[in-house]
Amino acid sequence: MIYTLCFYLFATITVFSAIMVIASRNPVHSVLYLILAFFNSAGLFVLLGAEFVAMILVIVYVGAVAVLFLFVVMMLDIDYSEMRKGFQKYLPIGGLIGLVLLAELVLVGFGWGLGGPVTSDPATAIPALSEMTNTEALGSVIYTKYIFLFQMAGLILLVAMIGAIVLTHRKRPGVKKQNINKQVMRRREEAFEIVKVKPGQGLG
Amino acid sequence: MADLLVEFFHWAFGMTLAPDLATILGIVAGILAIVLPLLIVVAMSVYMDRKVWASMQMRRGPNVVGPWGLLQSFADGLKLFLKETIIPASANKFVFLLAPGLTFLLALVGWAVIPFDAGMVLADLNVGILYLFAISSLGVYGIILSGWASNSRYAFLGALRSAAQMVSYEVSIGFVLVTVLMCAGSLNLSEIVMAQKDTFLGVNGYWFTPLFPMLIVFFISALAETNRPPFDLPEAEAEIVAGYQVEYSSMAFALFFLGEYANIILMCAMTSILFLGGWLPPFEWEPLYLIPGWVWFFGKIFFMFFVFAWVKATVPRYRYDQLMRLGWKVFLPLSLLWVVLTGLFLLLTDKIPA
Repeated sequence: MIYTLCFYLFATITVFSAIMVIASRNPVHSVLYLILAFFNSAGLFVLLGAEFVAMILVIVYVGAVAVLFLFVVMMLDIDYSEMRKGFQKYLPIGGLIGLVLLAELVLVGFGWGLGGPVTSDPATAIPALSEMTNTEALGSVIYTKYIFLFQMAGLILLVAMIGAIVLTHRKRPGVKKQNINKQVMRRREEAFEIVKVKPGQGLG
Repeated sequence: MADLLVEFFHWAFGMTLAPDLATILGIVAGILAIVLPLLIVVAMSVYMDRKVWASMQMRRGPNVVGPWGLLQSFADGLKLFLKETIIPASANKFVFLLAPGLTFLLALVGWAVIPFDAGMVLADLNVGILYLFAISSLGVYGIILSGWASNSRYAFLGALRSAAQMVSYEVSIGFVLVTVLMCAGSLNLSEIVMAQKDTFLGVNGYWFTPLFPMLIVFFISALAETNRPPFDLPEAEAEIVAGYQVEYSSMAFALFFLGEYANIILMCAMTSILFLGGWLPPFEWEPLYLIPGWVWFFGKIFFMFFVFAWVKATVPRYRYDQLMRLGWKVFLPLSLLWVVLTGLFLLLTDKIPA
């Protein structure tokens, strides 16, 4: 009973907040609903027994990605009525894309029900939860059979990251930066000079 | 612990209540058994904090309310409770009130996986350490939301500083966690504690092992993560008055305050579990095991909390660019290097835990 209750609780909130992401007027509220949706999907993963994926979802998406979203959205100065102006114009194409996605989802559902080759012939047998925690199970697959794909995904992300930094990084002239090494290495002799000033004459 | 309580409730009310209800009651009792003492500990830790600073600065500290000033925190709490909650006119009301609640809630939720003694844990998760990491990474929301919802420049500045700071130091904390769990071979906190048994000549915990530098990195990152001095730039009373807390009064402020201290104690508990051997006595010596494990655990938390207070009393605040430099240019490469070294060490000495 508790399990079912939890499932319906998480599922309802996920769907509701997913709708609110696109329905709420304030973009910051949208991001907050997105976070709520992530969080509740993590809850659904826990119910499925996929605790590792659930935690990673929270750490990566809620803890890092959504923070950046929120960061950007908070800084924006948006005129909400201005943003809604073109809404009607894009309705046909938006609706079309929505329909295509819906059709695909339905097809996937049917495919699952019919028991296609994907479900009957899993790529790698996953041991039962009682034998191995799913962190171990994932690790033993990712770092053996799929090591090259895994490393490649990592490399692609690294390239994307370096690319973004290179594209946005610019060297501006005249920026004063602290050079800690230079600061620490400075001796008293370089720093100041003691001058004997005669009264009434100044330094000249 | 939760299992025991659940069993007890089944035994006590199994006849009169539905079994599921008895289970839920057992879990709620377990939660209360942690949260209520925790709140008292938080109140007393504020007192201890103030007393430690006071002695280090040759003052007396709180000494009027109750014997030795012991009731000071409760008096402060009562005062805050009786004050009026002021919500700024241009604030986003819902988010404004959500933020302190969220901070407080997250600070309490983390305690669910902390093992106080062998088997004395509310939820013995397989991925306990990831859970703690996830919860501590959510802590940034309370601050970011309060800063935004207050609709005040100081609060917003504080929130932005805090967001950048917490995200930066989380990265190094993550790598430090990886080094520890490589040595322990588990993500379960109880197993991490047991892996620290007798690490070096009968000493429990990672005191005299190559992981010791990571303890320091973790501790400093924990200071930054909890916005404690020298990394309290989000509050920085000298420049942005009190940062994200500027507009808060009464209970909303009290919730921030309590959440902050509950978070600090949680970080102390995490340090004790990850590096100092949790509930294990400091040395492998049979008579030390006569003292119950939770006493050792609380002692270690107490010690770590003292170090937190010590740091606050003695060091000046960092400048913001120095803070970022420390996080990204010092701790991140260092902890990353340590991950590689630890892996290499475990591989070469054939000590990889099964």
